[in-house]
Amino acid sequence: MTEIINEVRKGFYLDSVALMRLSAEISGLEGIDEAVLMIGTPSNLQIMQDAGVLTSTGEAASPNDLIIALRAEGKASANRALAHANKSLEGGALKSTASAARARTLRSGHATHSDANLALISTPGSYAAREARVALELGLNVMIFSDNVSLEQEIALKSQAKQNNLLVMGPDCGTAYINGVPLAFANALNPLPASNKKTTTAVIAASGTGLQEFAVLLNRLGGELKHGIGVGGRDLSDAVGGISTLAAIDLLANDDSIDQIVLISKPPGPATAAQVFDKLASCGKPVITCVFGQSQNTIKGLRQTATLRDAAELASGESLGRTDTTNQAKQLISTLTGSRSKLKGLYTGGTLCTESQLLLKSAGLKTASNAPAPGSLSLENSSDAEHQILDLGADEYTVGRPHPMIEPQVRVSPFEEALNDSTVAVILLDVVLGYGAHDNPAQPVVDTMNSLATTNNDRPIVIASVCGTDSDPQGLQQQRAALIEGGIILCDCNSAAAELAAAIINQLP
Amino acid sequence: MSASDLLNNGPAVIGVGLQGFIDDLHAQGHNASAIDWRPPASKDPIVLAAAEALSSSGTALLIDNANQQAIGRMHTADPVLVNVQRAADVIDGLGDHKILHAGPPIEWQRMCGPMQGAICGAIVLEGWAKNLSAAEKLAAGGKVEFEPNHHHSAVGPMTGMTTQSMPMMVVENKTFGNKSYCAVNEGLGKVMRFGGNDDSVLDRLRWIESTLGPLLAETLLAREGIGLKNIIARGLSMGDEMHQRNVACTSLIMRELAPTMARVADPETAHEVLQFIASNDQFFLNIAMAMGKAIMDPVRDIGGSSIVTAMSRNGTDFGIRVSGCGDEWFTAPVEMPRGLYFPGFSEKDANPDMGDSTIVETIGLGGFAMAASPAVAGFVGAGGAADAVGYTNTMAEITHSRNPEWTIPALDFAGVPSGIDIRKVVNSGITPTINTGIAHREPGIGQVGAGVVNAPLACFEKACIALSERLSSS
Repeated sequence: MTEIINEVRKGFYLDSVALMRLSAEISGLEGIDEAVLMIGTPSNLQIMQDAGVLTSTGEAASPNDLIIALRAEGKASANRALAHANKSLEGGALKSTASAARARTLRSGHATHSDANLALISTPGSYAAREARVALELGLNVMIFSDNVSLEQEIALKSQAKQNNLLVMGPDCGTAYINGVPLAFANALNPLPASNKKTTTAVIAASGTGLQEFAVLLNRLGGELKHGIGVGGRDLSDAVGGISTLAAIDLLANDDSIDQIVLISKPPGPATAAQVFDKLASCGKPVITCVFGQSQNTIKGLRQTATLRDAAELASGESLGRTDTTNQAKQLISTLTGSRSKLKGLYTGGTLCTESQLLLKSAGLKTASNAPAPGSLSLENSSDAEHQILDLGADEYTVGRPHPMIEPQVRVSPFEEALNDSTVAVILLDVVLGYGAHDNPAQPVVDTMNSLATTNNDRPIVIASVCGTDSDPQGLQQQRAALIEGGIILCDCNSAAAELAAAIINQLP
Repeated sequence: MSASDLLNNGPAVIGVGLQGFIDDLHAQGHNASAIDWRPPASKDPIVLAAAEALSSSGTALLIDNANQQAIGRMHTADPVLVNVQRAADVIDGLGDHKILHAGPPIEWQRMCGPMQGAICGAIVLEGWAKNLSAAEKLAAGGKVEFEPNHHHSAVGPMTGMTTQSMPMMVVENKTFGNKSYCAVNEGLGKVMRFGGNDDSVLDRLRWIESTLGPLLAETLLAREGIGLKNIIARGLSMGDEMHQRNVACTSLIMRELAPTMARVADPETAHEVLQFIASNDQFFLNIAMAMGKAIMDPVRDIGGSSIVTAMSRNGTDFGIRVSGCGDEWFTAPVEMPRGLYFPGFSEKDANPDMGDSTIVETIGLGGFAMAASPAVAGFVGAGGAADAVGYTNTMAEITHSRNPEWTIPALDFAGVPSGIDIRKVVNSGITPTINTGIAHREPGIGQVGAGVVNAPLACFEKACIALSERLSSS
């Protein structure tokens, strides 16, 4: 039964907006058709009269009184609502939700953080250039993590930066270290004992896992990495002309705290190569290069290395040590059953994939890849004769889904397929740790192995390396232990893993 | 910060995109902050190209200079309420069978219910028809000429009716010498601005014409007007935002008027008029609107400027004007307000957004000054003081700067966001927040609630395209 109830609170004033909010709140309670809280002015009494919620109790209210009027289904609901209203009135009807208003645009973000010197842009690619341009206009250096920035946009941004003495890292710059601070996908470097600091190194890299692997190995060898400047995969093309690389060389040459410079890249465009290598050779500091696919001893005045491991060893003056791969390969082959002959590489890190292809090629293996390194065939042109080394982080695998370093689940299905393939002798993997990466990338690898081991012991040899440090959020030791427990053959670094894989294939009966 | 500063001092990062990267830096104790980045609301490549063109370095410089000039004119304005005069005496060509209305231009057939209702009431008020049904025939038969208030230095709240005999409050911008006009606020309840048109509505308007208007004029002339800039500044510190809430400014203007009025009027008339003002918390709204128009008119037509000079709705379309595009309107369908309703009404009774009153948001008040008026933030729903601050700060994302004189104590005396830049609206997807009354969708019923509404993005997109075309062809 519908009840209309009025209650008058003498001499109680509350702002009309607060009352409207409270009315709406109480109207929403169960069993309440309508709730009206109003101060008893003549015009308000008229409104309540028109709405049919005024009783003689309410009519008696003065402009200094508050009327609580309810139309309710039954007395019980009305009483509950009245109690609720009174409680809210006592407690103060205005509830504030603490919403710290965060800046929505780079301009206003900069206005409140005027000490900023770097914009880290990781928007979807189609918006990245616009944000980068605003950042440059604000006088900020830019790291563009985003991919899918057009070549024209990249050239325009880098030219704009050059005019203003600013640095553009990227686009598609996954990793950087600035003054030792890891940015985006980067490993947490272990602190070095003070006595251990000999030479301070700065790296210029296309950026991504090449820089990560170098940083991790240099750290393990006790070398100090101060800067890792990512320039993006296209910077050394003749179209871009190495604008960011050349700027970085100037910066590092003038940085007194830097003792030596390391360049990690794909082969530059011919015109750009001359410029970059000349500048490096004359920069006044020792330079080490790791230019993938560049023939050795072809760059005058620079120390060339073929692998990231070699570069880290040369930079630190220390050695990681070598295992007897021939012997280890022999032992592992003895565990193989059937007539297996193929090597399958399933990589989450693009540069690691490139490095492996080159090492396998120099060991005499024919390889094919969706991201072919110099000397490798593209998948379309390949046949059964080649070993497939895949970059699962390439665009064709990441359309509409996350990069496999963020979501290692992406690798599970090709890994399963390879494990079940009776022609595959060796599977080669990378496991990349660090900030930005998945919090337990070893897990899906081990789970996949386990799900298989129960039904089938006749499987390929699985070789992996972990790119990470003990300081990484995932923990190097935990990840290694999990992989070893899962039956995976672990190597110290990616090149060692590739060398072992090549040795196995080459020694197969 | 040059690149060498970056290497020497280490990174101080602003993150645009993935929050995780910034969280990682925080976890290591490094200097980093993230903005709440969102993709631009517009997906239209033509719009994005236009916004891009307006932000490209050479053009941006030209626009920035023009905007600097626009803001200079806004902030040096000196609006003074100087007089109350008959509309026909101050607005050229306003005579028989001509009605000025709120919003961008619109023909009778496309007008919403309250607008048509108000027009019928205005026709009867002017005596062009004997009753409402005759008035409707007259209007529908094309016998009445309609034009926007904005085309005649005038503004009007909600339906915004302006006809020849109405007394208009006159605000003069002393810096630039221009004048703007707005009719007298009729009070709450059943009123013409909400489409009310019965005898009580018309009688009140006749009293305003015969009694209130003349006395107000006499009072203002006897004291050489009332400067409005300071009243706004004080009102902001007393909880008004001058759109939903004008109780402080209404009181302040009473304080200015009453002593002089006591001298120039007979006690009974003075009592009647002061009583009317005292019983209407929104009395000041129409003064604030005339002031807004007086401030923005000198900002019109600065070549290249992307500053909005008017926002206005006719209940069907929302329209904006942009300084660099002169008097061109950029329109899109109006949106429905979200808000709270008077007893007995709900959103199904609501008329879409209406009125010239958005001129107050155009000058940085109303929804832009929400932080000054936390009580008003309640209209959005569960909002409190923190939300009110959020609204104002969000509006600062789309304005040129802040008004140095109109400050908000709750923001440590930061000014209200001033000068809406269409580039910033389109690039950020943030549209102006407007505080508004809600009219019943049927004519003659009046106000049923109050709330907030956003200006449609499409108006700003169209303006961006037009400004970009003007700049590329010049």
